[in-house]
Amino acid sequence: MATVEFQGISFDIDEDGFLQRFEDWCPEWVEYVKESEGIKDLTDEHQKVLDFLQDYYKKNGIAPMVRILSKVTGFKLKHIYELFPSGPGKGACKMAGLPKPTGCV
Amino acid sequence: MAEHKTPLLDQLESGPWPSFVSDIKQEAERRKANPDNVEYQIPVDVCEDLLGILEMSYEDGETHWKHGGIVGVFGYGGGVIGRYADQPEQFPGVAHFHTVRVNQPSAKYYTTDYLRKLIDLWDFRGSGLTNMHGSTGDMVLLGTTTPQLEEIFWTLTHDLNTDLGGSGSNLRTPAACLGQSRCEFACYDTQDISYHLTQEYQDELHRPAFPYKFKFKFDGCPNGCVASIARSDCSIIGTWKDDIKIDQEAVKAYVAGEFRPNAGAHSGRDWGKFDIQKEVVDLCPTGCMSWDGSKLSIDNKECYRCMHCINTMPRALHIGDERGASMFIGAKAPILDGAQMGSLLVPFVKVEEPYDEIKEVIENLWDWWMEEGKNRERIGETIKRQGFQKMLDVTGIKADPRHVQEPRSNPYIFWKEEDVEGGWDRDINEFRKRHQR
Repeated sequence: MATVEFQGISFDIDEDGFLQRFEDWCPEWVEYVKESEGIKDLTDEHQKVLDFLQDYYKKNGIAPMVRILSKVTGFKLKHIYELFPSGPGKGACKMAGLPKPTGCV
Repeated sequence: MAEHKTPLLDQLESGPWPSFVSDIKQEAERRKANPDNVEYQIPVDVCEDLLGILEMSYEDGETHWKHGGIVGVFGYGGGVIGRYADQPEQFPGVAHFHTVRVNQPSAKYYTTDYLRKLIDLWDFRGSGLTNMHGSTGDMVLLGTTTPQLEEIFWTLTHDLNTDLGGSGSNLRTPAACLGQSRCEFACYDTQDISYHLTQEYQDELHRPAFPYKFKFKFDGCPNGCVASIARSDCSIIGTWKDDIKIDQEAVKAYVAGEFRPNAGAHSGRDWGKFDIQKEVVDLCPTGCMSWDGSKLSIDNKECYRCMHCINTMPRALHIGDERGASMFIGAKAPILDGAQMGSLLVPFVKVEEPYDEIKEVIENLWDWWMEEGKNRERIGETIKRQGFQKMLDVTGIKADPRHVQEPRSNPYIFWKEEDVEGGWDRDINEFRKRHQR
C-alpha cells in the first residue's frame, strides 16, 4: 500500500491507483487523478458521472452496471469513453473513489 | 542480479516433453547476455524472478500473485490483465507482471517476419515470455510493467498493424478452426467470418458494455476443432443440407485395404482388416447406412451429419454441396449455476458474406441480454432464468422439434393469455352460480 500527498492531503492507494477507502474521497482526489486518466479539464458532464457513481455506491454498496450508468446519465458508452478515456471502470470509478473492479477482467 | 535456487522446478527439466522451465532459463540467460544490446525497458532479471516466485509457490503450495489488477490503455476498457506479485521486495523483477492480450490472425497462420517483429517489441518492452496462445485464441504477452502498456500498444498499432484482444464484460476475441484453409470437411469459411465479425464488433470487443463476457467460436463442421459448442456463448458449426457424396470406387479401395481407415489415425495398433460393416455401418447413430458387399448407400433424410462415416473414409465420402451452419447458444463453465454446452437455436443458416442473417440473430440476442441479463450473468444463464421460449421470441425464430432433445416431462406449462379463450379475468360469482360452496 502506498500513500500519495496532494495539496496537503494524503491518500492511501493501491498499485493501480485506486483509493483504499471510499471515505477518503474529497474533491482534491479528482484533481490529483485526472491527469493520469487522460483528462485535462473537468466538465459538468464528468461531474454528473462521478456524482451518480457515488450516489449509487452509497445506496447499493456496488458500482452500477455500465448499462445503468448510461441510462441514468443519458451518456452513450462512446461518450463515457470520450469523457473518461480509460473507461467507466478504470477511469470514472477510480476518480469517484469507488473500490477497484474485480472479477474476470 | 537475482539468482534463485529452484530445486523443485529443476526436476521439471527432465523427461521427454518440452520443458517450460528449461525454456524460461534459456530466456533468462539470453537476457543476461543481451547479444543484441537491447535497452531492456523492464528488469533484466524478470525471468529469474518469475522462476523464483514460482519455486516459492511450489514449496508452499500457494499462489503469490495479489488479487486482481486494473490497468489498460486509453480508449479501451480491456485487453490487459494487471498482475502484481505479493512478494515484491524479494522478487522485484515481477513486482508488475501484466499480461497483454494481442488479437491473433484467424486460425493462427503466421509468417516468421511478423513473429520476429512481435518478439522484437516484446524483448524490448516485456519479459520475453509468451503464451502461444491463450485458450480463447489471443497471443498472450506474459509480463510487463504499467508504464510500458501504452508504449507496447503504440508499436503494436503503428508498426505491426495489430490490435489488442478482449477482456472484461465484453465480446472476447473470436476464434475459428482452420476451416477451408486445409480441411476438406469445412462447410464454410470459418476464418473469414471470424475475421469479419471481429472487425464488425470492434466496439463491443474493446469497450465492455455487456452484463458479462460473450464469446464467438467458429467450427467448420461438427467435429468441433475449436470446441465452439463448449467454449463459446455463440457457437457456429458448419453442416450441409443435401446428400453425402459417395465415391463407390473409393469405398471399394477402403474395403480392399488400399486406403487406410480414418486416414491412418489408428495405425499405432493392429485393429485387424478394415470391416466397413462393423466400423462404419453398424456405428452410424441413426442406422441409416447399408453395405451390400459392393455398394454403400446412405438414407440421407435420416442422417444426423455426425461426421463418423466421413471421418472414417475421407477419400470416399464427402460433405454435401448445399452448405451452411447451425447456431448454438449458451455454453459456459460451471460458475455460477452449472456448466452448459450450446443449445441449438438456428438449425441451418447460409454462411455467406456479409453474414447479415447471422448478425441479425446475434444482435437480437445482445439487445435482449444487455437489457435483461443480470450483473455477471452469462447468456446461458439468462436463457435458463427466462426460458428458451423467450430467446425464440426475441430472435423471432419459430419453435421447432429440433430445439429439444426431448419434450418436457413436467406439466407446468405456461400459456399466453391471448391463446386461451376467455382470458384470465373471471368472476367468482359467475362460477358460484353453477357450483355451490
